[in-house]
Amino acid sequence: MRRPALGSLLWGVIPFVGTCLSVPLWDRIDPRILGLPFSYFWLISWLFLTPLCTWRAYRIEAKRDAVYLSDGDASDGGGA
Amino acid sequence: MSASATALTVIFGIVGVGAAIGFYAGSRHKMTLEQWTVGGRAFGVVFIWLLMAGEVYTTFTFLGASGWAYSRGGPALYIIGYQPLAFLISFFILPAVWNAAKKHGMQTQADFFLVRYGSKYLAALVALLGVVCIVPYLQVQLTGLGIIVEVASFGGIGRMPAMLCAFTLVAGFVFVSGVRGVAWVSVLKDILLLFAALFVGIGLPYIYFGGIGPMFTAVIRAHPGHLVMPGATENLGHAWYMSSVLMTALGFFMWPHNFGASFTAKSGDTLRRNAVIMPLYSITMPLMLFVGLTALMVVPGLSNGDLSLLTLVRKTYPAWFLGLIGGAGALTAMVPSAILILTAATLFAKNICRGVFAPDMTDRGVALLARVMVLVVTAAALISAMNSSMSLVSLLLVGYAGVAQLFPGVILGLFSKRVTMPGVASGLVVAAGVVAFLILSKRDPFYGLNAGFVGVCLNFAITGVVSYCTPAEPYRLDGAAAVSLATKGAHES
Repeated sequence: MRRPALGSLLWGVIPFVGTCLSVPLWDRIDPRILGLPFSYFWLISWLFLTPLCTWRAYRIEAKRDAVYLSDGDASDGGGA
Repeated sequence: MSASATALTVIFGIVGVGAAIGFYAGSRHKMTLEQWTVGGRAFGVVFIWLLMAGEVYTTFTFLGASGWAYSRGGPALYIIGYQPLAFLISFFILPAVWNAAKKHGMQTQADFFLVRYGSKYLAALVALLGVVCIVPYLQVQLTGLGIIVEVASFGGIGRMPAMLCAFTLVAGFVFVSGVRGVAWVSVLKDILLLFAALFVGIGLPYIYFGGIGPMFTAVIRAHPGHLVMPGATENLGHAWYMSSVLMTALGFFMWPHNFGASFTAKSGDTLRRNAVIMPLYSITMPLMLFVGLTALMVVPGLSNGDLSLLTLVRKTYPAWFLGLIGGAGALTAMVPSAILILTAATLFAKNICRGVFAPDMTDRGVALLARVMVLVVTAAALISAMNSSMSLVSLLLVGYAGVAQLFPGVILGLFSKRVTMPGVASGLVVAAGVVAFLILSKRDPFYGLNAGFVGVCLNFAITGVVSYCTPAEPYRLDGAAAVSLATKGAHES
């Protein structure tokens, strides 16, 4: 068993705050951006921001994999 | 040719091409149980992406999302909200699931529970919950197919005969091709859908309003409250949004077919990279909502919001184009249907029948029984579809509320050493019961919260308390399995 690193989990929390928990702050029509109501603009932005956050987490986990696998316990590594 | 004949010819042409690709791709591989269900466990990033994407774009996306934007308004935003989060969650859990699956030769989601908790009864329970939840999901696809043919034939062909013939085709398709064939058809389907989404999502607002911005301005003027929550509903506000987004994001990879799709990956790293890029695929979702909102202005007063996209397309474009959109929609229903049926049939045959009742059954026997179950599951969804009038999105949310209850067992099973079988089993049973009660007695949303979310919270609490009160069990995912997994020499890779 290997749990994800704290750093990657923190990157993972950001989109949850951005798209889910903060809904009372952005569920509004104004300001309109690019013609879109603010809520639409906000959620569409997160379709691009979420991969960025996940990619940061990926970098962290990939680095850990390299260390982990070189320690010899390859059988339990998160990646291949 | 009349308009309806043109549209239907194009639709059946597209479906025919899709079916041919599936048969061809499937027929090139010898169909052992391992090939049929997990494609020999050899799919790389691209193929996995296609397979998972195949399960993202369903009729729910196509007709359901626009339908909710049309009939509900603001709450439909949850559809854009949950998808990136679902993939984010997969980043953290699927590689670990894949490792365990690879090590123990798992083929189904219930196998995971069997190995981790060492109980065939818990595994059968998980399989049963999966099959039960798949029925409404299948029903979504079936109803969607029915709607497509009904609208494209200008009402000439009723929804019932349309659903019947479409599902004969789907069932036949599943029989022959298995998971590999499905993944290839999914390529065709996604290209068509992407094209269709761009064309209608940008084109329709442009044709009627001169652009997406002016379309929104018109909607805001005509229906001032429609775009913010609770929109056209009374009780789907912010609490509902948050609880639904969380519940569906947690539930997404708890669908037995999505969970199982991860087994087809070549490595855990494939799944991680996949999780990074998948949210980009959701870019069509807002386009579908735009179509629903345009329809609200142009074809108001439809009794069923799910009809809005196709009705608007029919009104705007020539018949052959309606056929193209309808054909894309039909494949969008067929591919996920095939995957769902395949999963449900395998779960039933392997983890319920062999797992509990007939432990001596061979892999050949399981594969055979699974094929019989294809017909049973399809028939169940068909009957259910004929007797239901729920909107596509509401129907899917019911299924989600059920499968999300598997989340505590999976996440704690992966990352906690203290969780026990009685804990997970009691959490699952009580939560599933409470969710079923809330939904059937029309108490969903419950104090503004999604019933499935209430269930997940309760589930975690019960699992935690009961696990704490029962003796610790070994962590069975590392090292050799305590329970020998009933794959009986099926997996060699």
